[in-house]
Amino acid sequence: MSNVLIVAEQHAGALRKATLHAVAAGRALAARTGGKLHLALLGAGVKALGAELAKHGAEVHVAEAPVLEKPLAEAHAPVIAALAKAAGVAYVGAAATAYGKDVLPRAAALLEAGMATEVLGFGGEGAAVTFRRPMWAGNVLAEVEIATAVKAFTVRPTEFPASAPDGAGVVHDAPVAVDAGALQTKHVSFEEVKSARPELTEARVVVSGGRGTKGDFKPVEALADAIGAAVGATRAAVDAGWVPNDCQVGQTGKIVAPELYVAAGISGAIQHLAGMKGSKVIVAINKDAEAPVFQIADYGLVGDLFKVLPELGEKVRSR
Amino acid sequence: MPLKILVTAKRVEDPESKIKVKPDGSGIVTEGVNYKVNPFDEIAVEEALRLKEKHGGEVVVASIGGDKSVTEIRAALAMGADRGVLVRHEGALDPVVVSAILAKLCEAEKPDLVILGKQSIDDDQNQAGQYLAARLGRPQATFASKKESLESEVETRKEPGLKLSADGKSLAVVREVDGGIETIEVRLPAVVTTDLRLNKPRFASLPGIMKAKKKPVQELAAASLGVDLVPKVVVKKLAEPPARKGGVKVADVEELWKKLHEEAKVL
Repeated sequence: MSNVLIVAEQHAGALRKATLHAVAAGRALAARTGGKLHLALLGAGVKALGAELAKHGAEVHVAEAPVLEKPLAEAHAPVIAALAKAAGVAYVGAAATAYGKDVLPRAAALLEAGMATEVLGFGGEGAAVTFRRPMWAGNVLAEVEIATAVKAFTVRPTEFPASAPDGAGVVHDAPVAVDAGALQTKHVSFEEVKSARPELTEARVVVSGGRGTKGDFKPVEALADAIGAAVGATRAAVDAGWVPNDCQVGQTGKIVAPELYVAAGISGAIQHLAGMKGSKVIVAINKDAEAPVFQIADYGLVGDLFKVLPELGEKVRSR
Repeated sequence: MPLKILVTAKRVEDPESKIKVKPDGSGIVTEGVNYKVNPFDEIAVEEALRLKEKHGGEVVVASIGGDKSVTEIRAALAMGADRGVLVRHEGALDPVVVSAILAKLCEAEKPDLVILGKQSIDDDQNQAGQYLAARLGRPQATFASKKESLESEVETRKEPGLKLSADGKSLAVVREVDGGIETIEVRLPAVVTTDLRLNKPRFASLPGIMKAKKKPVQELAAASLGVDLVPKVVVKKLAEPPARKGGVKVADVEELWKKLHEEAKVL
């Protein structure tokens, strides 16, 4: 058994970008195991997305039912487990998004599968594939083996370049055997934070603010908009209610690896660095010359972000 | 409606410690490292205490490990938990084994609610709660948070973020997910995992610390529980990530712009 199943994720009628990174990871894993790549898509009214997924050249299983409309782990996990068994896969993975992290472990438990969270890469081949993953807020990289017949994992999207459509796969309708009446979980509401800015985990440039903004994110946002960048934040900024939770970059928030990360008024706590030290270029702007963030920055400017960010924005606009 | 709540208090390296890998990659260097309760478990204990303060009931804190884990149980008892359970187990654990042990504890304790930290800051696996819920055949509510900020009045008043229904049979949970905030309702018994902004854990008071010394801590041998204790997720080797090469300080925005535009070519 060497087949790989990747669970896709959709929201508001579109595939999540993270899914395409997970598909690429699935393909890389299947190349090592010598197996076939299968994709699963769960939801209601998602058949068209199934066809879109099939362009990535795999067998796509669409599980379509009203009970799957909301991403409830209690409903999705058993469908994923049943699909995995039916397709005879030995590996079940997903992107390490909030959905993947919520649902996949429950599906893994149903499959009696050990699981590796937030995989950065694979090693080995055939039946002896290993998983590389971060521990202790990314201060340690671990090479991990999973000793169960079925192995589950989530992947860090930034470590696998997104899959491009390059083939013609097949779409199957997957049976859904979930009794909606027996569910013990109910979806009540989803308050979406809509932004015209690029998605934090996909943006080429991220401008991020921390305690040094003292609650005023306008300079951060203005610079982000001058560049066309996403806005990020530290835990402190989100805890204080200055920006939505969706902006948090860090060990337990979003992990980003943009071409450029501008850290403004951010001291550089270990947990924050865990979320951004994969960035290609890091710029730090802080009044405190001793701030730990300067140790990781490629370019550090000791100064007042309220002066520096607008000046930098001017340079960007007039280039 | 009084609630019986089971919480976990995992012993982990202090998150502020500098973690170094042993030269042979067999483990991390533990000399000079401080240990404490997993910060997400502290949030779990705090939430359980708030629910008990509001609705009545009992908070039982469990930890799996050796002798030293009693320290973490006592820390939770000092915050206000009622009694502890130490499941003695030396050697490696993984979420498969942890969830199996916790499921056995649930068989005996029959809690209305289990609250765990969403992940422990050592292995960062973020699986135990979800596995446990699946094993119990019960609903899960992960990454529990609340809408009000940690600087808000609601937080200062120590209101629980988890909201028990009027009939005491279900819990409304606000969750931090991608793109926003989701609210779900789970019927009890259920498993909840905590996220950062669910609450600010209280510091143990001196009277609390004194009382904790007298609170009962039951000890069980993991081997006596009749579960498979062999980890299924096995760490073969550890390594430190490649270090970023050092950077430079620039004097002003003019210089920064030159670097970004001409040297790094990112803007």
